[in-house]
Amino acid sequence: MPVDSDVDTLILGIGNILWADEGFGVRCVEALNARYEFDDHVRLMDGGTQGLFLLPWVSHVSRLLIFDAIDFGLKPGELRVILDDDVPQYMGAKKVSMHQTGFQEVLMSARLLNEQPQQRALIGVQPEQLDDYGGSLRDGTRQRIPEALSRACTLLDEWGVAYRERATPLDVLDLIGPGELEMSTYELGRPQ
Amino acid sequence: MTETVTANGFKLDTSGQRVVVDPICRIEGHLRIEVNLDDEQVIQNAVSTGNMWRGLEVILKGRDPRDAWAFTERICGVCTGVHALTSVRAVEDALKIQIPANANHIRNLMMLAQYTQDHLVHFYHLHALDWVDVVSALKADPKATSELQQSISPWPKSSPGYFRDTQARLKRFVESGQLGPFSNAYWGSPAYKLPPEANLMAVTHYLEALDFQREIVKIHTIFGGRNPHPNWVVGGMPCSFSLDGTGGINMEWLNLVSSIIDRSITFIDQVYIPDLKAIASFYKDWGFGGGLSSQNLLSYGDFPIVANDRSLENMMMPGGAIINGDLSKVHDVDVRDPEQIQEFVTHSWYEYPDENKGLHPWDGITEPHFELGPNAKGSKTNIEQIDENAKYSFIKAPRWRGHAMEVGPLARYVVAYARGNEEIKEQVDGLLHDLDLPLSALFSTLGRTAARGLECSWAAHKMRTVFDSMMANLKAGDTATANMDMWEPSSWPTDVKGVGYGEAPRGSLGHWIHIKDSKIENYQAVVPTTWNASPRDPAGNIGAYEAALLGTPVANADQPLEILRTIHSFDPCLACSTHVMSPDGEELATVKVR
Repeated sequence: MPVDSDVDTLILGIGNILWADEGFGVRCVEALNARYEFDDHVRLMDGGTQGLFLLPWVSHVSRLLIFDAIDFGLKPGELRVILDDDVPQYMGAKKVSMHQTGFQEVLMSARLLNEQPQQRALIGVQPEQLDDYGGSLRDGTRQRIPEALSRACTLLDEWGVAYRERATPLDVLDLIGPGELEMSTYELGRPQ
Repeated sequence: MTETVTANGFKLDTSGQRVVVDPICRIEGHLRIEVNLDDEQVIQNAVSTGNMWRGLEVILKGRDPRDAWAFTERICGVCTGVHALTSVRAVEDALKIQIPANANHIRNLMMLAQYTQDHLVHFYHLHALDWVDVVSALKADPKATSELQQSISPWPKSSPGYFRDTQARLKRFVESGQLGPFSNAYWGSPAYKLPPEANLMAVTHYLEALDFQREIVKIHTIFGGRNPHPNWVVGGMPCSFSLDGTGGINMEWLNLVSSIIDRSITFIDQVYIPDLKAIASFYKDWGFGGGLSSQNLLSYGDFPIVANDRSLENMMMPGGAIINGDLSKVHDVDVRDPEQIQEFVTHSWYEYPDENKGLHPWDGITEPHFELGPNAKGSKTNIEQIDENAKYSFIKAPRWRGHAMEVGPLARYVVAYARGNEEIKEQVDGLLHDLDLPLSALFSTLGRTAARGLECSWAAHKMRTVFDSMMANLKAGDTATANMDMWEPSSWPTDVKGVGYGEAPRGSLGHWIHIKDSKIENYQAVVPTTWNASPRDPAGNIGAYEAALLGTPVANADQPLEILRTIHSFDPCLACSTHVMSPDGEELATVKVR
């Protein structure tokens, strides 16, 4: 569907799922989507490593929640929550990979157009390993997903955004990415 | 001996000061450029290194061929759709699947929309800032800017008040200390030649283009379903039409597509093209960066008018190869012929059983072998200087009949021009006439930039043609979008090969697949940047980036704006970051390569 104006909250996972811990952000949104249902004004999105392609979705919402793997200079697997004006600075401070520069530019571009989301939050994890092309999350990073989800729920509560535990398991039509890239399918298909 | 002549005729001299530019690009991983400057600061040797391994081929081995598109879509953050399309084409070719007419129209529309959006964003948000000084725009007189704008285009947003408002907005942004996309550039450099008013006009259009490009992306959303990674399917397209509005793509959405196409044509013809001409007119004496473009150019051709027919006559953008600058003869290109396209690894960080021979992608091997040459400086984890006489890049060296080739919009335009394509000849001759330049002016960095602009306009107009053909087909009652007859692997031959190929915005793209027992046995992608950024081959031919940088004067080695201009003109990536280091490896400056 084209960009619709009734969506006011975007929950965005960014990163490259093909590069081990780089996939953290996307896997978090996937897990959030598997566990909770949201009202129609909330959009969950696997943003991948897209740069300006994300601008239409970022620039018209009032609340933006981002999951990502970020180099905070912390111990591998440590989690951090960044709010509002600190978000772009953190994304540009130490680049783990280029999509962060790309995404920082998306936020700045939204600001240039005077369409920056009023409330912004970043839930980031310090990655353990990135240079394993075709690999998945390392254990230390994977174990942070529940914590990342619970921090997200706290933020959504503060923002007054409702969510409910799914009564019935996620249907394939509700997946936010192609089924073949869903984490367990992706991991099973890895060549030996 | 520090002075040599390459097999393709370029003089190299490695005796001068070595400067390292290390931009990080996402298409092929990281890209690094090293150059030697002579006493007059002119580039006499250039070395292009991709220093990150792209292991896509290995990831895909053993997977279901019908899923390959979803993986290839993640190769890069810019070219998602083109890889997905090329991947489904490769599987369809292997399994001899015929796609419905609508699927061909939708694919063409999505690729043309990609050209339009990608070229527009490249020009305003990556490349224009190599020519346009944002800070100088603050000094412009809004009234004079308005007069300039009105003298070159009927675009209505042109009042002095409009430019005054934009200038004030820009000023607030600059004064806030957060330049954002405009930070870390070389503002004030003498290499910038535009008057303040032209700078203000271009920066204003930077903002307008940022706003407008969001509209073009909606075409992908409508036909691709999911965003920002559209859906694709082997056999056609996964969307459905319902003109009466009972689910699927209805008339309301089709009318939206039609309106976006009209607005794209207007924006490009009234804003992008006049800006391109205005900027180019101030840089007519900057004729550097031609490299291979006056010699060897390659295009596979793309945009089939009728589905399932890849013949030359059926391509909206005709393909072919030009060798040694002979525009009187365009060679046909056969991507299946093992003698035509071959990849070499003599200077790449891979291993072949016989390092002096090239391999056709169907027989391709991707076996990484990372080692520095004897004259490299630094360590494997911190390379200070590359030894280009040894292996020096994770990019392979693809060659067409042994020749290093340039790919991209300029290659497509020169090939189409030489093929006598009327639409493209008219565009090119018109631009050269307006700028009072000869045909040879095309073979330069600015020529590459001009061809991309003309192609953006071409693509927007072609969207109209394709949309109208699709509507006629739909109204005639054909609403089929996919052929699923061969969906089940039980219907497949046990051992088949296929190739998907076409023209991505950045140039010729091919995916070669070998399917055995319903699984991927081998998968090789040769992407546009592999051609352009390729290292040397066993015969000693240098690639397009290396050739294009030779002979360019660099005013200040700490601010290699000239190197960035030429590399940017190839459109290597959307967002890159560059570190400029002195010969001893000390970081002098960090710049942004947008």
